[in-house]
Order: sequence, then C-alpha cells, then structure tokens
Amino acid sequence: MEKPSQASQPPTTSKATKGAKGAKGAKGRAPAADIGFVGMLRWAWRQLTTMRAALILLLVLALAAIPGSLLPQRNQDPGAVSTFIEENGSWGEFLDTVQLFDVYTSVWFSAVYILLMVSLVGCIIPRTKHHFQAMRQAPPKAPRRLTRMSAYRTTPLATGAQQRTAEELLETAHEQLKKSGYRTVRNEDHIAAERGYLKETGNLVFHVSILATVIIMAMGGLFGYSGQRVLVEGDTFSHSLVSYDSFEPGTFFDANSLPEFRLTLDDLETRFDDEATGAQFGQPRQFDADVTLNTPEEETSFVLRPNEPVRVEGSNIYLIGNGYAPVITARNANGDVTYSGPVVFLPQDGVYTSTGVVKVPDASPDQLGFGGVLLPTTGRNDSGELISTFAELRNPLLVMDAYRGDLGLDSGAPQSVYQLESDSMEQLVGDDGQPFQMVMQPGDTAELPDGHGSVTFEEIRKYAALDVHHDPVQVWMLPFMALLFGGLSLTLFVARRRVWVRVSGDQVEIAGLARGEDPRVDEAVEELTQVLSLESLEPESADPDADSAPNRSGK
Amino acid sequence: MDVNVALAQWSNLLIYSAMAVYAIAFIIYAFDLFGPAFAGDTQKVEEKAGRRSGRSTRPETGKAASTAAQRGGAAGSGTTAVLDDAEATGTSGAGDSADGGDAGKTLDVRRWARAGTALTVLAAAFHVGAIVTRTLAVMRVPWSNMMEYALIASAVVSVAYLVLLRFRDFRYLGTFVTFSVLLVLGLCITVFHTPAAQIIPALDNYWIWIHVPIAILSTVLLFLSAIFALVQIVRSRSESKPWRGPLRFINALPGSKDLEKTSYRFAAVGFVTWTFTLVAGAFWAEIAWGRYWGWDSKEIWTFVVWVVYAAYLHARATRGWTPTRVAVLNLVGIATVIFNFSIVNLYFNGLHAYSGV
Ligand code: HEM
Repeated sequence: MEKPSQASQPPTTSKATKGAKGAKGAKGRAPAADIGFVGMLRWAWRQLTTMRAALILLLVLALAAIPGSLLPQRNQDPGAVSTFIEENGSWGEFLDTVQLFDVYTSVWFSAVYILLMVSLVGCIIPRTKHHFQAMRQAPPKAPRRLTRMSAYRTTPLATGAQQRTAEELLETAHEQLKKSGYRTVRNEDHIAAERGYLKETGNLVFHVSILATVIIMAMGGLFGYSGQRVLVEGDTFSHSLVSYDSFEPGTFFDANSLPEFRLTLDDLETRFDDEATGAQFGQPRQFDADVTLNTPEEETSFVLRPNEPVRVEGSNIYLIGNGYAPVITARNANGDVTYSGPVVFLPQDGVYTSTGVVKVPDASPDQLGFGGVLLPTTGRNDSGELISTFAELRNPLLVMDAYRGDLGLDSGAPQSVYQLESDSMEQLVGDDGQPFQMVMQPGDTAELPDGHGSVTFEEIRKYAALDVHHDPVQVWMLPFMALLFGGLSLTLFVARRRVWVRVSGDQVEIAGLARGEDPRVDEAVEELTQVLSLESLEPESADPDADSAPNRSGK
Repeated sequence: MDVNVALAQWSNLLIYSAMAVYAIAFIIYAFDLFGPAFAGDTQKVEEKAGRRSGRSTRPETGKAASTAAQRGGAAGSGTTAVLDDAEATGTSGAGDSADGGDAGKTLDVRRWARAGTALTVLAAAFHVGAIVTRTLAVMRVPWSNMMEYALIASAVVSVAYLVLLRFRDFRYLGTFVTFSVLLVLGLCITVFHTPAAQIIPALDNYWIWIHVPIAILSTVLLFLSAIFALVQIVRSRSESKPWRGPLRFINALPGSKDLEKTSYRFAAVGFVTWTFTLVAGAFWAEIAWGRYWGWDSKEIWTFVVWVVYAAYLHARATRGWTPTRVAVLNLVGIATVIFNFSIVNLYFNGLHAYSGV
C-alpha cells in the first residue's frame, strides 16, 4: 500500500488516495443537504471505509473492551454481578441498564465491532479489485524525472576504453531484474520493473482472515453448547440435558445431537505443595481424575487432568475444578433417615476453606437447613479462631449452623443449591441460649435441640467440576489462523518497490521507489548500479554522507 | 518438593549482584550522556548552527550508519568498529569545541559509555546466571510466575541491547536500558517475589513452552520499540527548537525520522509475535478451560494491546497522523502492555491468575 504521508510519491493505489480524500471530506464538511437519502448512505459508506474511520474504530474498540475487565461480567460470574448491583444500589442498576455487566454482548460493543467489520468489507472489496488489476498490468512507465525517486544512481553508458550500446545495457538490466524476482517490461528507452505484489496479497489475506475469525466465533456461539456438571467420587454422569447442573445451548443447538456416553469418576487424586516457602506453600501440584467412559461401543479408563480434556464425539470434557463433599446423614427424632448423601462444598480460598449448605425438606416437624464451613486441615490463627491451614484433608473439621422453617423449595422460584434462603427460617438455639453449632470430625454425630433429630458427618469425598463443550466450527480456526499469520508476515515484511533503468544520452539512470515500508530500496538500487556499471568505474553517486555519518547515531 | 535450596539461594544472590552492577552502569552511562561527548557536539551545533545541525538531522544518517555496520560486520568485529568510529569523531568533535581541553580528555571522549557497556555486560552475565541457577534449582520450565517472567524479559532486554550494539551504536540508550532493567529486578525481589518451587497443574502443559516465551519476546520487542518512540518524540522537538540545559544531549541523538523507522521495525515484529501470543493463548485456553476465547481479564487486555498496536500500524499509514502522534500511540501501546502484566496480574481476578504472588 501507498504511504499517503510520503507526499513525494506519485499516487498509485486508488484505495489510499480515496481514503485520504474521504478523510479530508470527513474533516471538512458534512454532506450537502440536498443529496437525498441514497446520497446520504453513499456518503456514510465512503466515510466508514476510509483508513481514518478504521483507525478511529480500532481505538474505540480498544476502549470499549476495557470496562469488561473492571466490572464483574455475567458471562463469567453472575453471582459477583448480583452482589455488585446490590451493594451499589441505583448506581449498580444504572450500570446494568447500560449493559456494563454484559459488555461483550452489549449493543454498543457490538455496534463498534460490526461497524469495523463493515468498514473492513468496504475496504477489502475495492482493494481486491484493484490489486487484481494491478497484477495483470505491466509495471508503470518511468516518470520523466527519475531524480525525484527515493533512490537514484547514475553510471556512464560508455567511456573511451569501454563501449556498449543502450540495447546491450537494457538487455543486461532486464535479465538482472528478472533474476531478482521483478516483474519487468521493456519500454523504448527504459526498463520498468516492480516487485513485492505479495505484500498487498498478504494484506488482503490478513484482513479477510480477521473477518473469517469473527464469523467463526459467532457461529460457534450459535451452533455449539456448553454445560457444567459436578461429579462426586463414585458417581456417574449420564450425558443428557437433565443431568447437567447448568447448560447453555447455542441458538440453533439441537438437543437430539447430544452424544451418548456415561462418565464415572472412580477416584480423584489431589496433591498440594507442603515443602515450598512463602506464597508457593500450599500451591496445587497435581489434580488427576481417574474416570471410566462408557460409550455405546466401548468402555475406556483414563486420567482426566487440567490441560488434558477428553474428546467424545465432538464434545470435549474438561476438568475445571475440584473440592470436597462431606457425606451427611440427617435423621428425625425417630431415627428415620431424612437425608443422606454427599454435599458439594465450594472452596473459597487456596487452603480450601469450603462452604456449603444442606437442605432437608423431608425433615420433621419442620424443614431443616444447615449452613457450614469445612476446614480440610484445621488449625488456629493468632487470635485463636479455627482456620484451615492446608488444602489437603489432614485434620478435617465441619462446623455447621442449623435452621428450621420453610426452605422455600415449593415456591417454584429457582434457588441456588449453595445458598440457604434463611430469611424465612429461624436459627436453632442450644440449651445455653446461644445459637446452636455443630463442630464435627468425620464419624461424629450431633444431636439437634428441640427434638429435631440428629446429623451424622460420615466421611468426605472429593468431587470434580466438569465442563462439557461442543463447538462444531472451531476446527476452522486453524486454517484461518495460518492464513492470518502468513498474510500478516507478508504484508509487514515483503518490500514492494518499483525500479527503472533508463538510458539518457551517455548516462544510465537507475532509480527505485519504495511503496510502503522498504528499508532496502537504496541498497537494491546500489547493487543494481554495481552490476550495470562499467567495471572499472565507481558509481558516481556513492552516498556523500557515508563516511561521516555512522558515528552520528552514537554521538 | 524437589527444589535445590542452595541453588535457589545462589540465584537470589546473583540477582542482587546484577542489580548492584546495573546501578553502577546506570550512573556511568549518565556521565556519558551529560558528559563531553554530547555537550561538545551541542556546542558545535550551537556555534555552527545552520549547516551543521541541518546535516546531522538528515534522514540519510540511518542509511549511512547501516552501511558502517555492514563494514564493521564484515570485519568480524562490529562493536569495535563502531566504537572506534565514535572515538574518532569524539576526538574531532572535542577538538572543535571551544574549551580546547587537554589531550587525554579529548582522545577518549566516550570512555564513560565504554565503561558503562562493560559493566552492563557483567551485570547481564550475573542476570543470566540468576536465571540459569533458578532453573537448575527447580528443573522445570523457567517461566511459570510473574517473577520469572520479569526476570527473563529484563534479561532479554539487556542482552538484546548488547547484541544491538554490535550493529549500531545505541549507547545513548544505555542509561534508559540499565535503569529500566534495574527497576524490573527491584520489583522481582519485592512485589513479584516468588520462592522457587514446582509448577501448578494448570500450567503443566507443552503450551507453556510456546505461549510464554513468545509473550516475553513480544514484550521485549514492544518495549524496545517504545524506547525509540520516546527518544523520537523528544528528539523531534529538538529539531525545531534545540534543547538547552542538561537535556542538550538530546540534540546530538540520531534524527527523529531514523528513530521512527527503528521504532516501527521493532513494533512490526512485536505485533506479529504478539498476535502469535494471543492466538497461542487461545489454543491453550481451548484445552485448559474448554473455550478458546472467554473474555477473561487477561484475554481482554491482551486483546486491547493487540488492537492498540493494530491502530498504531494503521495510524502510520493514515494521512494527518504526524510521526509524533503515531509515536504517542506507540507509548499508549506499551502502557497497555505494562498494565496487562502488572495491574491485571496483581489486582484483577480471572482464570489467568498465575502471578504466584
Ligand atoms: C479488525 C480490524 C482491523 C485490523 C485488526 C487491521 C490490522 C491491520 C494490520 C496489522 C495491518 C498491517 C499494517 C502495515 O502493513 O503496516 C493493516 C494494514 C492495513 N489495513 Fe487494516 N486492520 C483492520 C481493519 C481495516 C479496515 C477497516 C481497513 C479499511 C478502511 C483497513 C485498511 C488497511 C490498509 C489500507 C492497510 C495497509 C496500510 C499500510 O500500508 O501499512 N484495515 N491492518
């Protein structure tokens, strides 16, 4: 592409000049009032497809992407968004109204990138046309005054001792240029040559690849799905919509297309660093899930790890998280079991201080709910409070409060399994008048006050948090990324230049014009001059600064 | 687990040693900038204003200098060739200057710069030694947390600077380079400090061998580009209105057009490698988190950096954008890179929380 800023170069690439013209228009004047609707559209289109518009849109895009990193986002952490809105009252609601918690799907963010894509299309099409024509045309004839070009040399055609004709010289020049990969044309008194068409080709390929990337991303969202499932050791996940904890289908997702399989978590091995010092102490070192996969065809066992997903018929299964699930049994006053099973507790920090709740709707006389904290390795901090000191299960302790009343499960409103709606519940109080609290090690049983029965903390099992994803168009990313890199490298590192060799009188003129970034244009012309010079003669125009200048840079 | 404590301690010791030497090199380089080499030139510029300064700011400087570098390279001793050149002009420059100083002084006008470079070589050796010993202490990939990343990136800056000296006399950047490396090492042993240890499972993958070194390389390239952009801006001012006072050394730096080209070349390569960092990150995210792009805070900022540099490249080709404005965009670019590394790692939550701090 032409560098419009280098004013000395003759305008040759229509896009650049058109862009510059449009840009001037943008600065200068609004559309005249009488151009009508179509004229208006045409004007807007011209504005949008200028380089200047692309540049502004890029800068706006960068700015528009930032708020998503400063505020919690619904797609990442909906819980944090609700908390934020609650804590910030009307300010939070205002931010929500302007979609600052859904930045990347917001109207304004979409508007920016869609405009950019439209601008891109409006840019690519005419440039492709123009480039196609340029590739079929001969290199343009030499301008009248070659001295104006960015590199210029002369060398004598003949001297008394050595004679050659213009014809001979041009022949040599022609061959030499061809050999160096130039496209050449022989004109009456000169050779015109051009090289580096791949620069523009690369540029177009690069921009098309960007467009393709955005389209593939959008399609992935439409046709794919993703789901989450927490799986406790020993449990099996039968792949179907109902067995997901949460599921986000794309717009055109077809539920019948879910592949059929069952996945059993046999064992989860986790290990943390108990030797390192400072911030490295307690860091995770190993998460290995032994799983068994049953598809209609076969049964396989393997280890599922971070960074090592399992791919089953286009669906990918990832080990995303892990934690502890205390197994709790609740009994009523008669000793009948009202609840029994593992309860998933969510780790809150690096030492796996975990919180969770147990809901016992079948308890009598009232429904019961327990909220608790699990400490995998119990210790005390400086002020004597119980804390966890390490993530592995070395000295676990479960501390729970108990609530009675209405769990609110019948109201139909969706509830988190990790939270008690304790507003309509009442905390149980012990004999001493203090809130009742159970402090249990595995195997312990606590009697609840007021005939509410008992709670047994049986054991602790580990669980794995799994993500399942399906994106049918994802594979297309690979070729387009390859094209994107190829195109980008070509456009940035191929030099496009024109060279002319002309015989005028008894002089040979050799001139080069860089088209875009070209650090070697002068060198190339110099080399050609060496080849074309009569052996014994120095090129006349050897750079006069060459001797004194190098140290300028160091001084 | 499996950490050689003695070697880890050696590594820390080497970091402190490198810092001490960088600090001295920084001071010595500053003597060069404010010393006779640049001041003498300035006097000359002021004395013979029009002709002389007109010539020294010609864009041809770059071309000629690269010719000189080739000559030096061909002789197989680039550095000395350039140093000798510098010395030679130093002599004539100081001879020209009014003070008519003693012969010893005028003979070696850039001796401070030479001492500074020698010290930088020593410091870089300690610096690289620190990385090697730390790697040996843990026997794993040497870039798995913020401290290690910064340690390596700063070493690459320092080594790249020394290597570039072989091609061209960039010693006027010595003060800046040693200072920034010193600053980063200071952060490494304080804010970023992370004891030597094994790697976390989330990072234990071959992609760490691709994604992270390319990210380090990009950071270094974009940083070098930004240094030149910064010098370009101050130099460009001096072309219309020469600096006075202690900053007059700026008037003697290479022309701003030349600096702009160097800056652009680093940025262009840096943009390609940054694109690669981003794409490699997306590939890794696909196997680590189940999606190649999810607007995680690190992904957001990597994207912002990328878009800003894309804008920089466009701005360069857009009429109406002066070289200085384009250079400012370059500086905005490096600001986003630094933000992405420091603030995002330390203060923003996200999946990509591997600072280790
Ligand atoms: C997502 C949006 C875009 C991105 C990421 C992008 C990126 C790039 C990159 C990296 C280059 C290489 C720079 C160079 O050769 O110096 C480039 C060049 C170019 N782009 Fe874009 N671009 C985008 C949109 C556009 C649009 C909308 C237009 C048209 C108005 C456009 C027109 C150009 C032109 C004319 C060049 C060549 C400039 C030159 O000679 O250096 N780009 N683009």
